[in-house]
Amino acid sequence: MSFLEVTSFLWDGFLISLLIFAVTLLCGAPLGLPIAFCSMSKFKVIKSISKVIVWIVRGIPLMLQIFIIYYVPGLLFKFPLFSQIDRYMFMNYGVADAGRITAVLIAFTLNYACYFSEIYRGGIESISRGQYEAGYVLGLTKSQIFRKIVLKQVIKRIVPPMSNEIITLIKDTALANCIVVCEIIKQAKELAATKALVWPLFYTGVFYLVFVGILTIVLGKVEKKLDYFRS
Amino acid sequence: MSVLEVKNIKKSFGKTEVLKGIDFSLEKGEVLVIIGSSGSGKTTLLRCLNFLEIADEGTISVDGKLLFDGAKPDINDRKIRENRLHFGLVFQNFNLFPQYTVIENVKLAPTLLKKASDAEIEEKARNLISRVGLSEKVDNYPCQLSGGQQQRVAIARALALNPDILCFDEPTSALDPELTGEVLKVIKGLKSKDSTMIIVTHEMEFAKNVADKVIFMADGVIEEMGTPEEVFDNPKSSKTRSFLNKAYENI
Repeated sequence: MSFLEVTSFLWDGFLISLLIFAVTLLCGAPLGLPIAFCSMSKFKVIKSISKVIVWIVRGIPLMLQIFIIYYVPGLLFKFPLFSQIDRYMFMNYGVADAGRITAVLIAFTLNYACYFSEIYRGGIESISRGQYEAGYVLGLTKSQIFRKIVLKQVIKRIVPPMSNEIITLIKDTALANCIVVCEIIKQAKELAATKALVWPLFYTGVFYLVFVGILTIVLGKVEKKLDYFRS
Repeated sequence: MSVLEVKNIKKSFGKTEVLKGIDFSLEKGEVLVIIGSSGSGKTTLLRCLNFLEIADEGTISVDGKLLFDGAKPDINDRKIRENRLHFGLVFQNFNLFPQYTVIENVKLAPTLLKKASDAEIEEKARNLISRVGLSEKVDNYPCQLSGGQQQRVAIARALALNPDILCFDEPTSALDPELTGEVLKVIKGLKSKDSTMIIVTHEMEFAKNVADKVIFMADGVIEEMGTPEEVFDNPKSSKTRSFLNKAYENI
């Protein structure tokens, strides 16, 4: 196999990695917000439920969570939902892995939403009470204070930890190969098994490196953009 | 008629009784200075007036209108916000909004509360900023200003909503000594027959200078109240005397 052929084969896998990355970020980041608010709720029941969920999701390896999401419908309800989706999508549309990828996306989104929620909570709680009080004495509502005063300061504070988490996310996508989703590492292992080529496995690192490089530049720009004020 | 009338305000935090029944009234255009050692309840009193704390008992009336009655504790958020607009508060540590420029800080609340047209709000904000002597800094961010300048912006911001009574909570305590002068000068410059102010401060010379009325607080009660001459030069209470002695010893 030529270098170009290998690259193209790995690129197909990396597209899956990017898909997992994008969906997790687009769904997980917004989902983290309600979880963060629940964790800060005045109502003890809501707060406790939220904290327990975050504890479980952050306390169990992501790989295990992928297994749980993938296998539990079959084991518990005798209905292997995700392999059914796999089969259905393959038979009707010729799309492979659809069910497995769905399971991975659910696990990733939940997992990252919980991590994001803790970052949001930390950011919101780090804003001094004085900022709220300054808004109160000016007759503003709680929601005006949050939207117009607190939010931007929170965003500024959470950009560095979020950047960290986002960079971890692209590398975590490799975990999807535990249920045989054809992301880039799985593709490379395939080459090792069928063509006795080991170097593509190491070559995958270049894909990650380039992507993380781009992310670093973009996130650095975001950080720079909020540099005009100090809080 | 008094612009502000405060009767029997009491406030406890848990088992600690911080205010044990505060009564006073203020005429329009008067400057009231509150002095007293830390923990005497001065700040809590200001916070009750601004509804950052809700008093347990007592009444607060502005211009003869009863704003708060501790006997009817069911006060909703909307009413609290309306009440707050009668008062302005300048904090010890400024609490400017860091992501907004000087003029945006001053304009934010009037704009959100739709107090006037954008052009009127803009003009008023510029006037206020020039009144506190910061016309050259309108487009600067708080982090580019000195502490004294930040506090002057905070004063302009508080004035933007035309409060009936402007309160200052130790406005110079967080400042370097060489910066307190500029802030005190601005506060003194605000004194007019239309502006009623309540100032909590440890600056005794300033207090003597600017006050029409002085309250000395100790342990949650008004220990002594009177004109600056009465309180500073002929204090009746022994607590006042010992406090003043200590305050002057430091100089």
